[in-house]
Amino acid sequence: MGFSTAGYQLQPVLPELVLAVGAMVLLMLGAYRGQGTTRLVTALSVLLLILTGILELTLPAGKLVTFGGSFIVDDFARFLKILALIGSGVTLILATEFLSDPSRRIFEFAILVLLSTLGMMVLISAGDLISLYLGLELMSLALYVVASSHRDNAKSTEAGLKYFVLGALSSGMLLYGSSLIYGFTGTVSFAGIAAAATTGSVGIVFGLVFLLAGLCFKVSAVPFHMWTPDVYEGAPTPVTAFFASAPKVAALAVFTRATLTAFPGIVTQWQQILVFVAIASMALGSFAAIGQTNIKRLMAYSSIGHMGFALVGLASGTVEGAQGVLTYVAIYVAMTLGTFAIILAMKRNGQAVEQISDFAGLSRTNPLLAFVFAMLLFSLAGVPPLAGFFAKWYVFVAAIKANLFTLAVIGVLTSVVGAFYYLSIVKVMYFEEPLPKLDPMRLELRVVLAVAGIFVIFFWVYPGPLVSGAAAAAKSLF
Amino acid sequence: MTTWPILSVTTFLPALGAILVYLLARGGDETANRTARWISLWTTLITFVVSLILVARFDPVQTEFQFVEKASWLATGITYHMGVDGISLPLIILTTAIMPFCIIASWKSVTSRVSEYMMAFLILETLMVGTFSALDLVLFYLFFEGGLIPMFLIIGVWGGPRRVYASFKFFLYTLLGSVLMLLAIMALYWNAGTTDIPTLMHTAVPRNMQTWAWLAFFASFAVKMPMWPVHTWLPDAHVEAPTAGSVVLAAILLKMGGYGFLRFSLPMFPLASHDFAPFVFTLSVIAIIYTSLVALMQEDVKKLIAYSSVAHMGFVTMGIFAVTTQGVAGGMFQMISHGIVSGALFLCVGIVYDRMHTREIAAYGGLVNRMPLYAFVFMVFTMANVGLPGTSGFVGEFMTLLGTFKVSLPTTFFATFGVILSAGYALWLYRKVVFGALVKPSLASIKDLTFREGLVLFPLVALTILFGVYPKPVLDMSAASVQQLVNNYNTAVTAVKAAALVAQ
Repeated sequence: MGFSTAGYQLQPVLPELVLAVGAMVLLMLGAYRGQGTTRLVTALSVLLLILTGILELTLPAGKLVTFGGSFIVDDFARFLKILALIGSGVTLILATEFLSDPSRRIFEFAILVLLSTLGMMVLISAGDLISLYLGLELMSLALYVVASSHRDNAKSTEAGLKYFVLGALSSGMLLYGSSLIYGFTGTVSFAGIAAAATTGSVGIVFGLVFLLAGLCFKVSAVPFHMWTPDVYEGAPTPVTAFFASAPKVAALAVFTRATLTAFPGIVTQWQQILVFVAIASMALGSFAAIGQTNIKRLMAYSSIGHMGFALVGLASGTVEGAQGVLTYVAIYVAMTLGTFAIILAMKRNGQAVEQISDFAGLSRTNPLLAFVFAMLLFSLAGVPPLAGFFAKWYVFVAAIKANLFTLAVIGVLTSVVGAFYYLSIVKVMYFEEPLPKLDPMRLELRVVLAVAGIFVIFFWVYPGPLVSGAAAAAKSLF
Repeated sequence: MTTWPILSVTTFLPALGAILVYLLARGGDETANRTARWISLWTTLITFVVSLILVARFDPVQTEFQFVEKASWLATGITYHMGVDGISLPLIILTTAIMPFCIIASWKSVTSRVSEYMMAFLILETLMVGTFSALDLVLFYLFFEGGLIPMFLIIGVWGGPRRVYASFKFFLYTLLGSVLMLLAIMALYWNAGTTDIPTLMHTAVPRNMQTWAWLAFFASFAVKMPMWPVHTWLPDAHVEAPTAGSVVLAAILLKMGGYGFLRFSLPMFPLASHDFAPFVFTLSVIAIIYTSLVALMQEDVKKLIAYSSVAHMGFVTMGIFAVTTQGVAGGMFQMISHGIVSGALFLCVGIVYDRMHTREIAAYGGLVNRMPLYAFVFMVFTMANVGLPGTSGFVGEFMTLLGTFKVSLPTTFFATFGVILSAGYALWLYRKVVFGALVKPSLASIKDLTFREGLVLFPLVALTILFGVYPKPVLDMSAASVQQLVNNYNTAVTAVKAAALVAQ
């Protein structure tokens, strides 16, 4: 490659560069051609994401490091970047209808999603605390804006503001933790920290706690979950779908990479924290969801619970645990995007409805949609043979191997409680008298739902590729 | 050996039928309903015929698994592994044999959302056959738990007035037991590096782990069985389920618990099974006596039969954990017999329910005057339920009592009271419903069995009596596997006792 200087090759960041330049070009296009280009910009954004994904896959195999170790491309990064790109791309597809409304022709939406995705990719590849923070902020700043993209709506504005204030607070904690870690280890690179932090000195543990608090906020794990239900409910539904998918991937990725590669010497210290966070998230996600009547709020609690399950894998601190997290997050993204495709399709006479009671009798008025939704819900509950079961299998199998029996037992018991509220939605769809028919589903929603549905229902037939991909990705961390 | 994967075909044929129903029987009008019924009937019949090929080619002398199929699946050690032995094959045949009856029994009584109903039953059949033929723990768990989904919908959509409560209770109770088993499966996986059942059967599990794993598996199977005191979901589920749902539940789903004990608890955790045997005996005896007494007090026909099921399953668990040849073979036979008899009893209840739309015992009386055929059929099954010699019920109860007698006299002594009590409630039920004067005006024009109903019930009558006087076919099929199970168990237990003696 012609443009490389030793230790600072640009090849590993080529996909990010393309994404960044592309986003700016599209911004110019929108800025000069006006809001009429919303459709075009959105379509081009999806293509740009696909192009980025292809570039990512064509990078040379093995571990690529650049910028003096701040930016790492390994199998772990590739796996999660592809997943995040899929999440963002599908979100843009899901948002087509939202953006087609004359009052909401905002081409910036797609640009912001692109920039946020760029942040995620940096975050996933972060090899030190600086690139971690840069990626995290780029991702979050774009998210704050898209949360309030429905600007005439008080709830949406409130969601954006709330997310911003709490997000800024968590960023502050993360920075404070990073500075403590830097102060006590003398380095910001994960490899350097790992070499220095072999014993859990008070300073490092203190810094670690603040770092984890900031990360917990981003994955919406208890006790830093408070923003989730309000933001999920207030934000426009396509934005909620976005929040629930790609940023979660990136945040879990950095969570995993930071804990496993920067602090492998003090596993016992952060393991206790993660065990607590996982138990609290699973329990709160299960119990608090029971009383919800709004499907988006319910999905917020559901995502809190799911992050708890994913953290069960991480808490084991082993290669199996990392594999569990990766498998979990991949399956979780598929289930979430499918579910949000259905929530977006919930329209009666052109009016969006989002109460759980609005699903009443769906199995009679639209049997296929109800069936796929029921399967997604059973999958979210972790009932075999659906994909959600395998997600839970891999995290719990790791926890058992790490002898975290209490965590595993509490985890599976909360999954039974969680099953209750997923079943309640199935009950509303199947056992209750039907309401008037829903509006016909738009083509792009159908496609997304069909893909997610087939993935979830038939995952057990051919689980090989995802499982071996996750295994390879997890190995690259160790 | 076979060149085509006969076991997988048996398992997945019903699912194929379900897809056909979906494709061909759409619209919900009368034509679609008829198509759905016929496709389902043919699917279940063909599945039954295919399963008979299994019987024909089965070698009962062999103790190894037969018709084995293996393919890579989740990971090394977690494979798609299917196969049958003398313990699972009778249960597979029971499943495939009962299903056509369920479809015929639902012919007229289910009128709303017929194609979905049929799809749910066909998917359920796939999952049930898969449960009995899986030779990998994860695969087993997949089928075992997957069955909850269609059954949940069957109870909840086509059930009675309190169907929502019953379906939730059924689902959550069973799930709660099973997730603990899932954790034990994971622990076994790390212990042996595989979830392959035949391998695990020959892998010694450390003593301490046996105890915990046994308890975890017990949590799942005791709920499924169901054993006292975790049986309370069963009466609710039975009462609210549609007739065919009750039949499947009583005839097949309950057997998964007994199958689990035979397949996993005894061979994999022999020492823990030995330690916990008195505990199981106690629960079984309580189940037999207590639920029989509860059955005496019921006013709902289905509830009475449901409680009697719990009592009869008590004999099964007692026989299994006696771990004598007679006890285990008796438990095995009792499962098959109970599958036929209780299934048939629920069909009988369904027949009068279709006519009168009530299950109150008090609403009936004197049926013999208008329904002599029905009275006869119902009598055969009532007697089989009581355990009258000459019916299949007697063989199972007698053998389990005989097998337990060698191990624990008090258990046998108390369990025998169950036989007397079952005569009490069953005869009382029969007298209230069938005998007496026909005074209730609502019953004055009730009709006897139709041809379709007779078609369902008379084969079951024949089987009940046949197995009552000639139980050999079932016993022979399972004899070698049962014997091997008992031998392995005894070897493991005596080895530990000998080691303890040496240590002293």
